[in-house]
Amino acid sequence: MKNVQFAAKFEYLDDIREFVGDIARAGGFSDKDVYNIQLATDEAASNIIEHAYKNDPSGILKLSGEMQGDAITITLTDYGESFDPSVVPMPDLKADLSSRKIGGLGIFLMRKLMDEVHYESKPDKSNVLTMVKRKR
Amino acid sequence: MEITVQEFKHCDMITVKGRVDSATAPQLAQALESANDGGKYKLVVNMSDLEYMSSAGFRALLAAQRNSKRYNRGEVVLASVPERIREALELAGFTELFKTFDDPLLAVGHF
Repeated sequence: MKNVQFAAKFEYLDDIREFVGDIARAGGFSDKDVYNIQLATDEAASNIIEHAYKNDPSGILKLSGEMQGDAITITLTDYGESFDPSVVPMPDLKADLSSRKIGGLGIFLMRKLMDEVHYESKPDKSNVLTMVKRKR
Repeated sequence: MEITVQEFKHCDMITVKGRVDSATAPQLAQALESANDGGKYKLVVNMSDLEYMSSAGFRALLAAQRNSKRYNRGEVVLASVPERIREALELAGFTELFKTFDDPLLAVGHF
């Protein structure tokens, strides 16, 4: 398993996408899957920076990724405010322009792009988001 | 990310290159807002050299579309949307909110 740690700043999103992209590419995922794994991880990291840490750059974001057989598992750990994505309502994708809500879109994309998304708030105050995607 | 603005007779074309994420989307939002603030509501967003866009970019496009379409004064259209980005926009249900054109000049000609 590969591990890396970042300060909770949007400027590291490039590095975050590169980290998971390298693992997925080496694991034999298609270009399309690599893009979507990067997008899902970006959305997850952006949510942590914006919501768990409320843009406080002293926050720490731990990222790990590994291939197991035909699947990639990506884990993001933070120590900010707990934020359970499973309670966020799905956006109404049929809503017209004026009533379209943008909130929740990142989480929606994560769920759509990955095969599994799990979230756990642990007793040690860490929040662990785990995402899995399998090769087709 | 790099943004250039070109003025045409009936619209402005905003060309976005590189990657739009939470770090760079504010610049895109800013470019779209300043067009609107300058009375430009007919906008082509040229994505031919765009490599990546997250929902932060989608949010900037949505805000600009709302503002531009108000009072029927214009709209934002998308040109040369790369396949991966189009798939993500589709997944988010955004392709119904924007006209898209394969060629930036066709998009300009739409206005």
